[in-house]
This record gives sequence, C-alpha cells and structure tokens, in this order.
Amino acid sequence: MSRFASAFQSGRSALVCFVTGGDPTPDATPAILDALVEGGADVVELGMPFTDPMADGPAIQRANLRSLAAGTKTADIFAIATGFRARHPNVPLVLMGYANPMTIRGADWFAAECTTAGVDGVICVDIPPEEDPELGPALRAEGISLIRLATPTTDAARLPAVLDGSSGFLYYVSVAGITGLQQAAQASIEDAVARLKAATDIPVAVGFGVRTPEQAAEIAKVADGVVVGSAIIDIVAAEGANAPTKVRDFVRSLRTAMDHAREKTA
Amino acid sequence: MTLINSLRTQPDDRGHFGQFGGRYVAETLMPLVLDLETEYRKAKADPAFHAEFDDLLEHYVGRPSPLYFAPRLTEELGGAQIWFKRDELNHTGAHKINNCIGQILLAIRMGKTRIIAETGAGQHGVATATVCARFGLPCIVYMGATDVARQAPNVFRMKLLGAEVVPVTSGAATLKDAMNEALRDWVANVDDTFYIIGTAAGPHPYPELVRDFQSVIGKEARAQMLSRVGRLPDVLVASIGGGSNSIGLFHPFLDDPSVKMLGVEAAGHGLDKEHAASLAGGRPGILHGNKTYLLQDEDGQITEGHSISAGLDYPGIGPEHSWLKEIGRVDYTSVTDTEALEGFQLLCRTEGIIPALEPAHAIAAVRKLAPTMDKDQIILVNLCGRGDKDIFSVAEHLRVSL
Repeated sequence: MSRFASAFQSGRSALVCFVTGGDPTPDATPAILDALVEGGADVVELGMPFTDPMADGPAIQRANLRSLAAGTKTADIFAIATGFRARHPNVPLVLMGYANPMTIRGADWFAAECTTAGVDGVICVDIPPEEDPELGPALRAEGISLIRLATPTTDAARLPAVLDGSSGFLYYVSVAGITGLQQAAQASIEDAVARLKAATDIPVAVGFGVRTPEQAAEIAKVADGVVVGSAIIDIVAAEGANAPTKVRDFVRSLRTAMDHAREKTA
Repeated sequence: MTLINSLRTQPDDRGHFGQFGGRYVAETLMPLVLDLETEYRKAKADPAFHAEFDDLLEHYVGRPSPLYFAPRLTEELGGAQIWFKRDELNHTGAHKINNCIGQILLAIRMGKTRIIAETGAGQHGVATATVCARFGLPCIVYMGATDVARQAPNVFRMKLLGAEVVPVTSGAATLKDAMNEALRDWVANVDDTFYIIGTAAGPHPYPELVRDFQSVIGKEARAQMLSRVGRLPDVLVASIGGGSNSIGLFHPFLDDPSVKMLGVEAAGHGLDKEHAASLAGGRPGILHGNKTYLLQDEDGQITEGHSISAGLDYPGIGPEHSWLKEIGRVDYTSVTDTEALEGFQLLCRTEGIIPALEPAHAIAAVRKLAPTMDKDQIILVNLCGRGDKDIFSVAEHLRVSL
C-alpha cells in the first residue's frame, strides 16, 4: 500500500499539516516536522520558500520571507525531506510551492531529487492543467504524485481536466482567496466535497482557512482529509524555540477533535 | 493575404510565444483567465468594440499622436535622422492610457463592476484611475510602499481621480510586490473584479491583448512614416521595462524585414551591479503567470530590479520580447542610470522636450547608435512618456535642491 493510501484509510479523515521549510531556519524545521507527526499529522506538507508567494496570505508570506532571510536554499529543503523520510518511513511527505523554484533546474532534475529524498507528492500552486507539460510528465515518470488543487471556480466542465494526471489526493481549496484568512461555510464545503467525490476515487482533502479544532472536526465529518497550514505557521512565528512543543499540542488538539467528530457521526 | 512566415501571428492557441508566455496561474484564477480569453476573442471580432476604442483614443486620449522629426538632436549626433512618436502627448502623459481604454471596455463587456491594478511609478495607476473615473467604476491600485513614498505626486493624482491607493509592504515594496498583491485581490474577488494589467506580461491573454491595444502606436507610426517620408524607418528604438510601449511600436513592423529594432533595458548601476535588464542579465523562468526572462538566483528566487526609472525596475519582461530575442528579430541593449540622465538632458536641451526617464533610456541608446549610421537613414524612437513626474528625482540625481 502506498503511503498515501495508508494515510487516507476509509472511515477516518486524515490530518494534513503544512509548514514552510526553513522557517525560521533550516535547522529548526526537522523538530517542527517531528512535532507534526507526534501530534498526529497523517500527511506532512513541506513548503518550499519562494520570494513571490502570490497565492498566500500574510502568515505564509512572512514565513517564506523568514525562511529566505535565514538563507534557506533548495538543497536545504531536500536535506530536510531526506532526514524526515529517514525518521518517519511511513508518513507521506508532500512538497508544496511555486513553479519557478521547482522547474529552474529542469523538471527532470526536480523529480529525481524528490525520489532521492523520499518525497511522495508535489503541489505546485501555479501550474494548472493547461501547463502540465512543465512538471507533470517528469513527476509521473518518477512515480511522484502530482496533487492538484480544485477550487470553488473549478466547474463541472473543467473538473475532468484537473483530475486527469492527479494522484495521491485532491486538494480542495474551500474559498476563492489566499491562504489563512476566511473560512468557507460548512454547507458549501459539503456540497463541493460531494461533487468532487462523485467525480474521482482519489481522496479529497479540504483546506484554506481551517484554523481551529472545531473547524477541522466539522470538515472531518465529510472530507477524506483536512489541511491546516497558517494556524501552525502562526505558532512557529510566535513561539521561537518553544515552537515544537506548542505545535505538537495544537496538532494533537486538531486530531482529537477530528476523531471525536467521526465517532459522533458513526 | 496570409503570411505563412509572419512573425505577427503569435501567440499560439495556448498563449505561448515559442517556449515563453503561457498561463501559470493558481487554479482559482484559471477559469477567469479562460473567460477573459473567450471574451477578448469576441471583442476582437466585433466592429462595435473597435469603433468605441478608436473613438475614445481619438477624442479622449488625443490620438493619433504626432510623428516629429527632431532636427537639432539629429544635427548634434551627426548621423541618422531621428524621429519621435510623440506618445508623451497623450492624455495622462504616457502610452499607458491606450491599454487602459481597451481593458476597461473589456471589463464593461464582461459585466465586471470593480477594477484593480498594480503600479510602479504610478503612470499605469494614474491611467487606470483615469478610465475608471471616466466610466464610473471603483478603482483599487496596489502600489509598493517604497513607490508610494517616492512617487507622491502620482499617488495624489490617483486619489484625485477617485482611486483607492493601497500601499504594499511585502518584499521590497515595489512593483513586483504590488503585482503579487493585485493577484491576491483578484483571487479573492473572482466574481465582480477585472484586473487591468499595465504591461504586456502576465498570464495569457494579457500579453496579447495589451500588445494589441498598444499596437496603435506602431500602426500610426508606420502610416505616418510612409505618408511623410515615403518609406519605412531603418531602426525602431524603444525602452523596455515590462515592454508594452516597445511591443506596441515594434509589432506592426515585425514583418518588414528592412526595419531593424532595438529594445533598451535599464542597466541601472551597471550590468555587473544592481540593474533591471532581464534579457541581458536574467534567464527564463516562471513568475506572475508567464514564462519569460527573469532576474533570479540559481534556486529560482526572484531578485530585485534596480533602475533610476521606477517604471523600468521590474525583474521580468513581457514574454513576446523573450521570444523576439531568442529568434533574433529584435536586438536588445541596455543603458545605465547615468547614461539615461544624460539622454534626458540632451533631449531637453536640443528639442525642448522633457522626456520621462523611461524613454530617456531609448534616447541614450540613440545617442550611441545615430552617429554610426548614414545621414539618409532614419531612426524612429517611441517617446512613450513625458518627464513631469520625474523632475524631482532628476533634480536629486543632479544634486539640485528645489
């Protein structure tokens, strides 16, 4: 069974946690990733910092800039990924970021590095299906999942193109907007997840604006996964050296709330 | 007549100019970009759209702009005849308004009720605020906080015109960051908002439609040249930041093999120091929705551009220029801040025209080029903006206190 398949077992909603690699420093990231796993994260998303994170809200923008100011290089991100894979052989690891750092040395180079580092999937914010040749074929050739985003603007006519070539899971961006700000209404999330699940067999995870255990629990009732990012980034930004402990406790509160939500509905 | 080998049929149906261009946007924006393309195809085929565009250009913008022979500059440089396309005489003082007229007409066709824009020096912001006032639409202009501070007169102009100017503090707080913030606004306001991009860059179809709207410059110039001199110019020269004034001049001449073209990038403090010459000092990458030459490091992190001209200090360039460079149809060069300042003063002194610092770069290139050419040859320069906005920064660089 692939790591994704293990993480998205039926009857249970997976917790997908995002942090920006190298924030606040490359040396600090491994302990924060370990804290995500200890807290109960089922999938870890490692953000590759970029100077121009156009789809991100203020929290993740600042995380990107802190990381770059600390001197984080692409090589550091792959070193962090390699270390994570050695410590956590069974937890799916996803790299998330923007097209330019992923493709600047060639998509084949990037895909090969992902394989070497034990990365399971890649989310590239600014490569829509229309530009798939830029990255998709290289990843698929290496057996790396290309995880696409579906959004409230992805209509029924467009959805097949988004799903074509997608694997691992489908990331539903629940609001038209940037990361970390407003949250969508639960009813609209339920409708969207039902629509997506009717169109695909791969798991559907919901993210953007999920900040509290209560929100995560509500989404866990309907979706195969819940993605939390900015709320964790805020803890990293505020807590400094104490961040791993606080992150672990917060993630645990998310996981616990999600488990209880499923028990209640079961 | 269909020209099989025409250079004027780009981009392809996926928005690519060779390997450049494309639609590298977040999924949320992709349906909007596709809608815009569909609507632009309809508008392009609609005579009523062209009639309204042409009417506004004539009676509101003041087109056609004059074609002017510069006798004293020609004499001073002692070579080719120098002619100017006087787009600095447009309403709002630059070529930017041509594009804004076209895009706001598209926005109205699409039923959009809110306009956003990015601006660096403020010229595009002023032009956007102008057309929004003209058509009664709310206007939000994103502008780097650094630029807000150094371009105070344009900020005031935009406010007078009813626009809301939002200072952007992320990154270096300049044009690149303003564009990021405008994209963030667009992605959060997908139903009612039209994004008027100021240069021939961004996701397809923006590079194409901005070029088409700005091509009025080259179409007029070509006809004016033929009517006044009876032949085409030998060389076209234009400055390049994102590249909208230059592509507007060049594009109608691309299939005229006798016409050479020279794009002039900003070499800032020098190509070995801080500069904004994406073609000379960058390499292909992906930013702001398109693949094009970018200033970046080995990891693909975007580096900051520098130029004395706030209108040129963008770390990228429109994708059609990247393609024209790669196929060798257009030559590209660069001039430094110091050379641009000299060009600025040269035009003031010889022709009684105060140019913007952007076309001052083109004049600096002409200063080197003209003496190498024969006196019966013709150089046509796009004078794309006037210098009123720049007199304070020029004074500072010349160490004059006002």
